[in-house]
Amino acid sequence: MRKENQADIVNTSEEGPILKIEHLNISFRQYESGTHQTQLDVIRDLDVEVRAGEMVAVVGSSGSGKSLLAHAVLGILPYNAVQGGRIFYRGSELTRERIERLRGNEIVMVPQSLSYLDPLVKIGKQIKRGRKDKKTADKLRGIFKRYDLNEEVEELYPFELSGGMNRRILISTALIEEPRLVIADEPTPGLDLRVAKRAMGHFRELADMGAGVLVITHDLELALETADRVVVFYAGCTIEEAYRSDFEKEENLRHPYTKALWRALPQHGFQFIEGTQPYVKEMPEGCPFSPRCDMCTPQCKGEVPYREMRKGRVRCLYAK
Amino acid sequence: MNQHLGKRIGNKMIRMILLVIASSILTFMLMKASPIDPLQANVGQAALGSMSQEQIEKLNEYWGVGTSPVKQYLNWAFDFVRGDMGTSLLYRQPVSEVIAVKLMNSLFLMVIAWGLSGVLGFFLGVLSGMNRGRWIDRLVKGYCLLISSTPAFWLALLLLMIFGVWLKVLPIGLSVPIGVEAAGVTLQDRLYHAILPALTLSITGVSNIALHTREKMIGIMDSDFVLFAKARGEKGWILFRNHGFRNALLPALTLHFAAISEIFGGSILVEQVFSYPGLGQAAVSAGLGSDMPLLMAIAILSALIVFGGNMIADILYGIVDPRIRKGGAG
Amino acid sequence: MRDKNLRQRVLIGLIVGAAILLAICVGGLFCAEAAKTSDFTRKNLPPCLTYPFGTDWLGRDMLARTLRGISLSILLGIFAAAVSACIALLLGIAAATLGRTADAVITFVIDLLLGIPHILLLILISVALGKGFAGVAWGVALTHWPSLARLIRAEVMQLKESPYIQIARKLGKTNWYVARKHMLPHLLPQFLTGLVLLFPHAILHEASVTFLGFGLSSEQPAIGIILSESMKYLVTGKWWLALFPGAALVMVVVLFYAAGENVRKLTDPASVHE
Repeated sequence: MRKENQADIVNTSEEGPILKIEHLNISFRQYESGTHQTQLDVIRDLDVEVRAGEMVAVVGSSGSGKSLLAHAVLGILPYNAVQGGRIFYRGSELTRERIERLRGNEIVMVPQSLSYLDPLVKIGKQIKRGRKDKKTADKLRGIFKRYDLNEEVEELYPFELSGGMNRRILISTALIEEPRLVIADEPTPGLDLRVAKRAMGHFRELADMGAGVLVITHDLELALETADRVVVFYAGCTIEEAYRSDFEKEENLRHPYTKALWRALPQHGFQFIEGTQPYVKEMPEGCPFSPRCDMCTPQCKGEVPYREMRKGRVRCLYAK
Repeated sequence: MNQHLGKRIGNKMIRMILLVIASSILTFMLMKASPIDPLQANVGQAALGSMSQEQIEKLNEYWGVGTSPVKQYLNWAFDFVRGDMGTSLLYRQPVSEVIAVKLMNSLFLMVIAWGLSGVLGFFLGVLSGMNRGRWIDRLVKGYCLLISSTPAFWLALLLLMIFGVWLKVLPIGLSVPIGVEAAGVTLQDRLYHAILPALTLSITGVSNIALHTREKMIGIMDSDFVLFAKARGEKGWILFRNHGFRNALLPALTLHFAAISEIFGGSILVEQVFSYPGLGQAAVSAGLGSDMPLLMAIAILSALIVFGGNMIADILYGIVDPRIRKGGAG
Repeated sequence: MRDKNLRQRVLIGLIVGAAILLAICVGGLFCAEAAKTSDFTRKNLPPCLTYPFGTDWLGRDMLARTLRGISLSILLGIFAAAVSACIALLLGIAAATLGRTADAVITFVIDLLLGIPHILLLILISVALGKGFAGVAWGVALTHWPSLARLIRAEVMQLKESPYIQIARKLGKTNWYVARKHMLPHLLPQFLTGLVLLFPHAILHEASVTFLGFGLSSEQPAIGIILSESMKYLVTGKWWLALFPGAALVMVVVLFYAAGENVRKLTDPASVHE
């Protein structure tokens, strides 16, 4: 306990990152055919940093396993997953014991849908996690007022909620605590643009209140509206880390895939590149983007380091 | 009670009545198909002489060769509905009297066993499901496998050997001490004689409910909402109290009410081993002695108990589960 | 065993279990004479090296009788499971595919049969068929299908509504193609597991009804009869008459349960990550 407090003081004074993930990898064992087993690397090399008051978006296509990032930070990966790499929270390593103590109060997750709420428990009780004290009750009332939710909603069951309320209910579960780090897993699934923008806006507010916010999403356009920095996730790796301002011009971007994403945005002409992300089992050697890349050379089959460039980072040998 | 729930219960009632009628027809058909003629089988016995002439005539009119099966069934059904269940060929008493005594004995046994096995099974299932893959889970699973592989009557024999013959701490059979007047039987005696049969039934009843609850609990533990609860720092007892208990209890209740049929079946075997004078033993004697009126009545009574149990489970589900109560889904 | 993965271990377990069951059946065939031979010079012997299961009051070898009884049970179980599985498959699919009326009727019959306590139903059928061997055999064979039929019905109904099958139909695939390519792979694991799990139920019920005195004549060394006879001698301390035959029965049933669980593990796609 005491050791941790010391670390806290050192870091808050230095304004270091609140969350720092280094070389995170996550794999599953699975049967290939009959009785033959293989290792399935879903996340291979993921690096992210989040500072207090900052909103960082990890952007990757749907089904690429990026939800596992949230689960890894919170220590709730399924039992058959193997995790490697290191996660730091406020300067010291986020061990099993530490995350079990911190999750739910300092570190919170905002889930992607109502299926993450218990179908048999009333909304109010669920947001309060069963706490019955007056302080929590008052706080919830405040949150509901802030999000324009009726007090009667507390007495409803999840199946009775209307679609429009879902986002605000889910984010209320974070606000009822005192979070320093908020991790939002795909907060805008299938929402129309207006509702999605509002949901992202809520997370922006959390960051402006001083928390570090990590948003995991498939929607680059939405991420650019609100996030300070964007980390691009491709085929199990982070390939670029860029500031929002970098996306104003294509030349400011570093990785060829990010540039391709940029050109695919509606305002830049909707140009898509050929091919799809490689499936985990057919991963190419070296750079995962190499089969689709114009600049690819034999060197790309080797080790490609994640290196600093213009305040951001990139995993490409030829990025300028 | 709202309208939605009322309609639901009404539908269930109608279905239950239809099922009971169908089971009486099925029983009747099976008994009629039997090559053993009930009157022939029982006429040879000297005790038949104790029956009055009218009784014998009535029996003939009922089950005799001259009457058509449909008429026989309708005769029987109308009398049954009026409360006249006929006369037992074996016991030479009105069936209703035989059943009243036997049912009380059996209910005493079954209620104890049902309650015990339900509580214990739910507890073991929860424990096992929440600790999936650990030693406690293996232990519970192994126990359940062993118990569901063990015929109830053999378990009864084992317990009888251990406690009755070897340790001599519990009686070998019967629901009351031999040679004691019915009025002289105390509750203590009854309990004393019911221990072994009830224990046997409870032990065998546990495995079903425990395994079912374990599956449900594993499903709950793998659900998104438990994942989120864990992400919010809940674990162990708190997690179970907030989310596990309710979600696991509903399916367990449903299953356990449906398991009345199993307990009933088990009681037939166990009563036989312990010579416990209950409904089950009566059913076996009635079957062996081709006592048609008694067997019919027992079959219908058991169907009533079983379907009644299912219906209670359904209604409970409707009251406890908000999604059904408020008519949201299902 | 340590270096094998789960599926390899399961497969080995399955083969060993099947071998034991086969050995018991073959052993039972050779014990027909030994099980009947009575010899008063050796009656009421507790378990010893020559007679591991002891002998009974007629001096019959309990090991031979037990083997005979168990093999009879296994054969009856296989017969009953086969008949019940066929009925379950036919009625389950019929209920799911032949429209509302067929479904209502079949569901009603399933509910009806599940509503009468199983043992009682067996007693009724046994009486209807004249309380012989046939009564027990058909009783056990004809009453074990309802729960499997219900399972198959639910599975087929769910499959029918699932998007990929709807799409396959829209693409103009024939019924036969859809059934073979899309339904069978889902149905087969469920059916196989259900089939194997029918055995233990059938065997236990067969033993129970014979124990109650319905069915086989008392000369037949069926396991239920052996145990029912042993009851008379328990009070005089001849524990081996009940202990060993019963334990053998339990072992066989455990083997069948384990086999069912193993089949499920091998065929269930969800076990791919374990």
